[in-house]
Amino acid sequence: MNTHVTLDHGSGGLAGQQLVSSLFLKYLRDPVLRQLEDAAVLPQQDGRIALTTDSYVVDPIFFPGGNIGELAVNGTINDLAMQGAKPLAISLGCILEEGFPLADLERIIQSVAGACDYAGVPVVTGDTKVVPRGKADKIFINTSGIGIIGEGIEISAGRVKEGDIILLSGTLADHGITILTNREGLQVGGNLQSDTRPLHFLVRKILETAPAEIHTMRDPTRGGLGTTLSEIARGTNLCLAIDEEKIPMRPAVRAACELMGLDPLYLANEGKCMVIADQKRADEVLRAMRSIKEGSKSRIIGRVTKKYPGRVVLTTAAGGTRLVEPLTGEPLPRIC
Amino acid sequence: MKYIDEYRNREMVRTLSEQLHTISRDRPIRLMEVCGTHTMSIFRHGIRNMLPKWLQLVSGPGCPVCVTPTGVIDAFVNLAKRPGVTITTFGDMIRVPGKNGSLADAGARGADVRIVYSPMDALTLAAKEPEQMVVFLSVGFETTTPTIAATILEAERQGVDNFFIFPANKIMPPPLAMLMQDQDLQIDGLLCPGHVSIISGADSFRFLVDNYNLACAVAGFEPTDILTAILSLVNQVQSGKPVVDNCYNRAVTGRGNEKARAVVEEIFTPTDAEWRGLGVIPASGLALKDGYASFDITRELDLRPEPSIEPKGCRCGEILKGLCQPRQCPLFGKRCTPGNPVGPCMVSSEGTCAAWHRYGALEEQS
Repeated sequence: MNTHVTLDHGSGGLAGQQLVSSLFLKYLRDPVLRQLEDAAVLPQQDGRIALTTDSYVVDPIFFPGGNIGELAVNGTINDLAMQGAKPLAISLGCILEEGFPLADLERIIQSVAGACDYAGVPVVTGDTKVVPRGKADKIFINTSGIGIIGEGIEISAGRVKEGDIILLSGTLADHGITILTNREGLQVGGNLQSDTRPLHFLVRKILETAPAEIHTMRDPTRGGLGTTLSEIARGTNLCLAIDEEKIPMRPAVRAACELMGLDPLYLANEGKCMVIADQKRADEVLRAMRSIKEGSKSRIIGRVTKKYPGRVVLTTAAGGTRLVEPLTGEPLPRIC
Repeated sequence: MKYIDEYRNREMVRTLSEQLHTISRDRPIRLMEVCGTHTMSIFRHGIRNMLPKWLQLVSGPGCPVCVTPTGVIDAFVNLAKRPGVTITTFGDMIRVPGKNGSLADAGARGADVRIVYSPMDALTLAAKEPEQMVVFLSVGFETTTPTIAATILEAERQGVDNFFIFPANKIMPPPLAMLMQDQDLQIDGLLCPGHVSIISGADSFRFLVDNYNLACAVAGFEPTDILTAILSLVNQVQSGKPVVDNCYNRAVTGRGNEKARAVVEEIFTPTDAEWRGLGVIPASGLALKDGYASFDITRELDLRPEPSIEPKGCRCGEILKGLCQPRQCPLFGKRCTPGNPVGPCMVSSEGTCAAWHRYGALEEQS
């Protein structure tokens, strides 16, 4: 038995079939997937269909709080959830580098299966390719997902209007700071952990509470909350005013950001949802968000105004005000 | 967070700001902050909007990456292209464009350019890869230089003979003296750099009071630190009695860190240096003393910086002198953005243009 991925595993022959049956199907047990047809056939559904795709190339592939496998499942579920869709099924495409340890692959697939079981969203189709050593970095994963959007749900930045309330479902920057400190091999105290988790349960609760009053939702992944808000401000020509003091952050994350000179507004989140809701129902939405685990630290962080059209304005912890521009260029650590 | 939150306290900040607003003035007061970290902090915390209209803040040449002249950037890039050379540098430097691109461009075309967090990391790399010439781009002010000097001593102790530096370190007092004599600038007071002062001591700014009658306040980097120092400067200007007021005494002493300065003096000697935007300033740079010349890559390979050519339209030079604000530059936010910078003030996380671009200037929006 091989201990590492070989080019044979991707040749479409026996070795590949064995890899699929002995490793992938050991953990991924959905009956549609197990038919191993060229395409998954799913039952008929009522409603509009949401389709999304995302590729995962995170480095390191194992990090405190998760790994590339569950990240790939949760990320795609969250992209569907942010449109108000109920996730139905996902696909799993793996690109493996020759020589990648099979034990690591098994750990990742196990974690994919765990994330799918938790979320109740199965992998129904998949693909595996192997490229020669050096042509990819260990493992890249692509997941696509489909979901169904219920009647009366209309999630779009275009619906955001003056007076709306901006809510955030929990602490900021956990994923970004965890990956950055791990990548640089920096030893930072305080047990930093990625926040990767699915958000569709939270979204379901939000939409049950106020289906017509949720104007838009986003999960601030790459580029962080700052970039997400800027996109909405620019797209709507409204002013999004947020208050730094109200943005929840874990003390260890704040400390690490201060130490590295990084602005948490631009660091990635993988389990947080930013909601813009009509002010009439905002308090109810907040209560609903707080009533379930992944939203227990939710807060109202700001509101939509017309003061500086197309801009995001932050009231700083010190009480000053400044603009929040979209992220450009990598956030580089400071020089002195 | 302890040691941070108390210096960002909203009430405290409001009190300080209100104290400034109780003062009425006919003539404006112009203060210069000379440290890039101050510039960034002032923007990040929204301090500009808390100040009375008669108070003007201008940014000085306090970002080490920004003041590195283009000729030296070109020399860095050319050196990176030599086979057998590994360049190690702090992160910001790699994106500063030179005549033939940036270090990042050279890296993309196969040059060995690596970001380090400390010169000691560069030394470790040199010991690990003895066949490479590992060169640390030695850029920085009083704060950074001691660790570089200590690294050279350590390299000597370990006998690592493939570790070099490209010396481009600078010291603050000479350009400050020059700027204070500039009739166009008319600076009333100086927010003295906190980190530099930890090493050189608050007393090192006394010459500005004695020679130029300049109000001086050493400031930390949190909002209350900065506002306290600004208030001190305003009071000094109002009373006409300038002093060096150490408003950062939880970190800075009068005499500074003499041990760190001794290490620097062991290794380096003052030399004339070119500053971007300011030209050549006598005795404002640091060269390796003859006893340590073997660590100097420019002597090892007989490298000479090329003449500096500013990118067309770029006004970084005037911005570094406080003569021009970023929005007055025709390239700002158009051809020159953090993602595609033309001048160094847009590249560095401490650059004035980067601060304006990232955090904006709300007063100009309203």
